[in-house]
Amino acid sequence: MLAYVVRRLVATVFVMTFVAFFVFSLLYLTPGDPAATIAGDLATADDIARIHRQLGLDDPFLVRFGHWAWGVLQGDLGTSIFTNLPVTTLIGQRVGPTVSLTVIALIITLSFAIPLGVIAASKVGSWIDRLVMVVAVLGFSVPSFVLAYIAILCFSVWLDWLPVQGYASLSEGFAPFIEHLILPSIVLGLIYGALIARITRAAMLEVLSQDYIRTAQAKGLTEGKVLVGHALRNAAIPIVTVIGSGIALLIGGVIVTETVFAIPGIGRLTVDAILRRDYPIIQGVTLVLSAVYVVINLLVDVSYTFFDPRVRF
Amino acid sequence: MALAPAEIAPVVQRHWLGETARRHPTVMIGVMLLLAMAAMALLAPYLGTVDPLAVAPVKRLRPPSELYWFGTDSYGRDVYSRTLYGARVSLTVGLSVAMFGTALGLAIGLVTGFVRRLDFVVMRVMDALMSVPPVLLAIALMALTKASLGNVVLAITITEVPRVARLVRSVVLSLREQPFVEAAVAAGTGFWRTLLRHILPNTIAPLLVQATYICAAAMITEAVLSFIGAGTSPEIPSWGNMMAEGRSYFQIKPYLVLFPGAFLSLTVLAVNLVGDGLRDALDPRLARRL
Repeated sequence: MLAYVVRRLVATVFVMTFVAFFVFSLLYLTPGDPAATIAGDLATADDIARIHRQLGLDDPFLVRFGHWAWGVLQGDLGTSIFTNLPVTTLIGQRVGPTVSLTVIALIITLSFAIPLGVIAASKVGSWIDRLVMVVAVLGFSVPSFVLAYIAILCFSVWLDWLPVQGYASLSEGFAPFIEHLILPSIVLGLIYGALIARITRAAMLEVLSQDYIRTAQAKGLTEGKVLVGHALRNAAIPIVTVIGSGIALLIGGVIVTETVFAIPGIGRLTVDAILRRDYPIIQGVTLVLSAVYVVINLLVDVSYTFFDPRVRF
Repeated sequence: MALAPAEIAPVVQRHWLGETARRHPTVMIGVMLLLAMAAMALLAPYLGTVDPLAVAPVKRLRPPSELYWFGTDSYGRDVYSRTLYGARVSLTVGLSVAMFGTALGLAIGLVTGFVRRLDFVVMRVMDALMSVPPVLLAIALMALTKASLGNVVLAITITEVPRVARLVRSVVLSLREQPFVEAAVAAGTGFWRTLLRHILPNTIAPLLVQATYICAAAMITEAVLSFIGAGTSPEIPSWGNMMAEGRSYFQIKPYLVLFPGAFLSLTVLAVNLVGDGLRDALDPRLARRL
């Protein structure tokens, strides 16, 4: 087990080196002078020269990558061209709202999607099964920002139950914190929830046809005990895998959801950086979010032994 | 006395279209919706539209009416015309990415699955690309290129290729051990012939299903990119651009966001329904479960 974790960590280091190299090279894949591209159409020669100096564009490519990677290892993701602040500081300032939004979305999604998937599988063909499948297809089809506007229109503009936009931190009180985050979290979690409900149903259907389930039923266990204790535990691995790989949907979704709901998180920081062509921020955010994604999937892989003790690494 | 064939075999011959509609009603809804959207995109100039780029400041922010079916936007442009022309952008991006993404992924997956020496290096590069969440990768790629439809297609294609390559590779790896492939190799069939005649045809079914999902994902990603200002150039009537422009007026003029949003959702839904139907038809075992 420990050997496996170490092996996976080493593999993760390789993957992250590739990602870092890729993220760094993005700036140079663009045709022409990257400094001129970043500076935009209205830039003066001085602006372009300043960006040239700031990014060290006059050195050879590998030297620049070396400097940048060394900085990254020491926690230095570069300096924002627009605000002149370190990218790590900017990300640090914005991480709170994004983590709050993602965690609440995760809690809401998992507490609905998994039970719904289990119920749908146990009553396959029933109205609840069909409803879950319809919601799942709709969840995949209605883009989160379309859903966001419909939700704002219903719950904030017409019913006036929740604030339209904005963010309140936990220090301002629990009620305003939740009031501001409930709608964005549901919107963010819907497509993720659709994916998890669907895979839960599929994994449960596979397990429910096994002999040991019939045995459990034959010895008189209640339906709940059979479903949760025997079936769900054995169906856990594909579900947990999708929970991990689906985090990509949440990360992509955060960028859009924060824009629609005006939440000052990392997603909003990314969008502002795109509009200002503040490339060090885009590089930094891409690298950090990819690292989060890779680490979560590593944890998911390691968690397999918890759900299925037969899995040996 | 000889009997007429109809009396011997009283089998009711249903028309294949009717049969498909009966067995897979959702697929038929998807196909019809998709055909309607394609017709709308192609025939946009003949469907009572005006120039989608024509600016008319005096007519700005008019609500939907008999004259302006979907109202006008903040530049006085006709939202109905822009919505219809928007279908062209969405469908072009969806189909192009599905085509290029599957073609490239197929080529990479076939070769890496069959040539062991290439497998390790190429798949590690694919792993690295897959470690960046797709929307984020597309944003990063678009952030430094000029806003154009071609660049949007290229950026989204790059995000989709690793997934296709991995799918094809997994199919090829299992096929490689099959007796018919071993027989072909033992009979002296050349490398390319084995790959193209024996392996390739068996990857088509899962690839076709994957292509529909790529098409749906690409349409959403295009809209997301345009929505956050990293997609097609703002004057192009794409659904994402229209929603981005309508954002500031959303509370007073919700139709500016809702019309393009509804059309985008319907188109993606149609593609997803067709994809689900294809999966059901091509893999009955999976269809029963998902």
